[in-house]
Amino acid sequence: MIERLLLITVTLLPAALAPAGAALAQEGEGGIALEHAGTDITDLNSLQRGARDFMNYCSGCHSLRYLRYNRMAQDLKIPAADLANLMFTSSNAFDGVDSAMPAADAAKWFGKAPPDLSLMARERSPDYIYSYLKGYYLDSTRPWGVNNLYLPSVAMPDVLASLQGLQEPVFENQADAGGNAQMMLVGVKLLSPGSLSPQEYDVFCRDIANFLDYAGEPVKAKRQSLGVFVTLFLLVGFVFAYLLKKEYWKDVH
Amino acid sequence: MSAAPESAGGKGFLGWIDRRFPLTALWKSQVSEYYAPKNFNFWYYFGSLALLVLVNQLVTGIFLTMNYKPSSAEAFSSIEYIMRDVDWGWLIRYLHSTGASAFFIIIYLHMFRALLYGSHRKPRELLWIFGCLIFLTLMAEGFMGYVLPWGNMSFWGAQVITSLFGSLPVIGGSLLEWIRGDYVIADATLNRFFALHVAALPLALIFLVIAHLMALHEVGSNNPDGIEIHDREDEHGHPLDGIPFHPYYTVKDLMGVMAFLVLFCGVVFFAPAFGGLFLESANFGPANPLQTPPHIAPVWYFTPFYAILRAVPSFAGTQVWGVLVMGASIVILFFLPWLDRSPVHSIRYRGPIYKIMLTIFVIAFITLGVCGLKPPAGIYPSLARVCTMLYFAFFLLMPWYSRIDRVKPVPERVTSHD
Repeated sequence: MIERLLLITVTLLPAALAPAGAALAQEGEGGIALEHAGTDITDLNSLQRGARDFMNYCSGCHSLRYLRYNRMAQDLKIPAADLANLMFTSSNAFDGVDSAMPAADAAKWFGKAPPDLSLMARERSPDYIYSYLKGYYLDSTRPWGVNNLYLPSVAMPDVLASLQGLQEPVFENQADAGGNAQMMLVGVKLLSPGSLSPQEYDVFCRDIANFLDYAGEPVKAKRQSLGVFVTLFLLVGFVFAYLLKKEYWKDVH
Repeated sequence: MSAAPESAGGKGFLGWIDRRFPLTALWKSQVSEYYAPKNFNFWYYFGSLALLVLVNQLVTGIFLTMNYKPSSAEAFSSIEYIMRDVDWGWLIRYLHSTGASAFFIIIYLHMFRALLYGSHRKPRELLWIFGCLIFLTLMAEGFMGYVLPWGNMSFWGAQVITSLFGSLPVIGGSLLEWIRGDYVIADATLNRFFALHVAALPLALIFLVIAHLMALHEVGSNNPDGIEIHDREDEHGHPLDGIPFHPYYTVKDLMGVMAFLVLFCGVVFFAPAFGGLFLESANFGPANPLQTPPHIAPVWYFTPFYAILRAVPSFAGTQVWGVLVMGASIVILFFLPWLDRSPVHSIRYRGPIYKIMLTIFVIAFITLGVCGLKPPAGIYPSLARVCTMLYFAFFLLMPWYSRIDRVKPVPERVTSHD
């Protein structure tokens, strides 16, 4: 009996630890729970829109060093003519996606150079990117007049304000860690609308988060679909191994 | 086994070989006529699985080495090159990274099996010590392998772990420089860790695994009843409760391998980062000496020992005590065969005290693992301290509780098999 119990305890160890690890990535740096992006790496239309929007709105400052233009075109089924429209630098199709902004100048202008986003979805998460893009609010104490719910003291200006509109912070009276009542930042609300409706802007952010999830690991969708066949193959292999074992062990008494 | 005359042995090519190299003799003595107890249960799969994962690490490691660049300027990019541009590079890398975690899961369960059935007890003390050396080498191998991708957690993990040596009195400072090859974690550190990870430590591992298997085949396998099958043999000198390893355990282990591969490939193909446990999120950013990650945690398989390290407060102006206690938590494993004074080997015939102590030990070890993952705040530091004491209590009190514990009569023959 105790053997069984111990067996159950020990085999559940990874299962017990997994949520503990996952929990580490559930919050932005502002301590506010992330919004669920609902991205789908197999949604080709969303990925194509994400690629288009990234190139138009993000790649001016952010590179995707490890994602080659031609790899992206191949995976996302972007025709060569359309790919040319997405390339704003003098790069070749086999180069990684780069930005036109010189890093040294950028560091001077923004305090730090805009980071390469190749692996941002893996370092943070698609949910983080989605939340971050929706998390800007007006803050007159910051150099660009804006701050971010999920990355406090953000160095990046609110470049998507023309699409999303401007947001203002929402404060609530809450007890802080020391038990004193304080005005705490709990969320944002729309102050003046932009050119996209809130629903359209959600889709915009989801597409970019989805595209960056793809950019973080271009093989992800293929890996998962391949995994189904590998698992089925191994399950069949297990059945044969089980029958073989049973046959041999017939004569062990 | 002695050199055979030209006429002896079999005919044909195999005969030609056997007269020059004991191929058939080795196969017989080590595999087809190596008698293993017939009552092995679930816990006995982990030996062959550890060997499988070792081979996986060696083979995938060789292929990774072909494209990896051990330099602080290129290491991080070369990993992404493997993940994106090398044919099937992503699969090779995930097999290797998942294999590292699988190796530790298997080794922990394999060691736990010894605690269950007394596999470390006389005459298997050296077998156990070789196993502990394998565990120690594996920890060094895992740590240095984790530094190679040169992500930010690689860098800061190396910073934290190497600085442990710096806390030693007198020699600490020079030892630290000697290990790092520089005043900080730098290109020189990465290069030497690469050399140790791909050449020195794998060689040591292979050597130790061979010694482990030789010791096993010298004394014979233990079993869930903890009795010696060679005490009762038939007229041919074969143990009555033994069966040849091949074909019985080769087919049984094949079944275990297939079941393991289903789970293993499930992780490789569907969750290679395993929620940030197998591949930590912070390691997808390149090493940055100017930016400390918000929370430095080692990979999950080191966290129980990391929690022990942090549980010990600094005293007399030095933090060396934590390092010493963590070292002791591993060194104490080597003494297990002599700490255990129970007249029986297997938990099946032991009394309630050992069962309770082992259960507490398992819970304490897992809790330490969780504490090591969490920032040292809230309940975790005190929890880690309690569990550290429970961890050591299991070993240090064993000479007493294992002796006074009630035992049941041990059968003469093994009781069951599946």
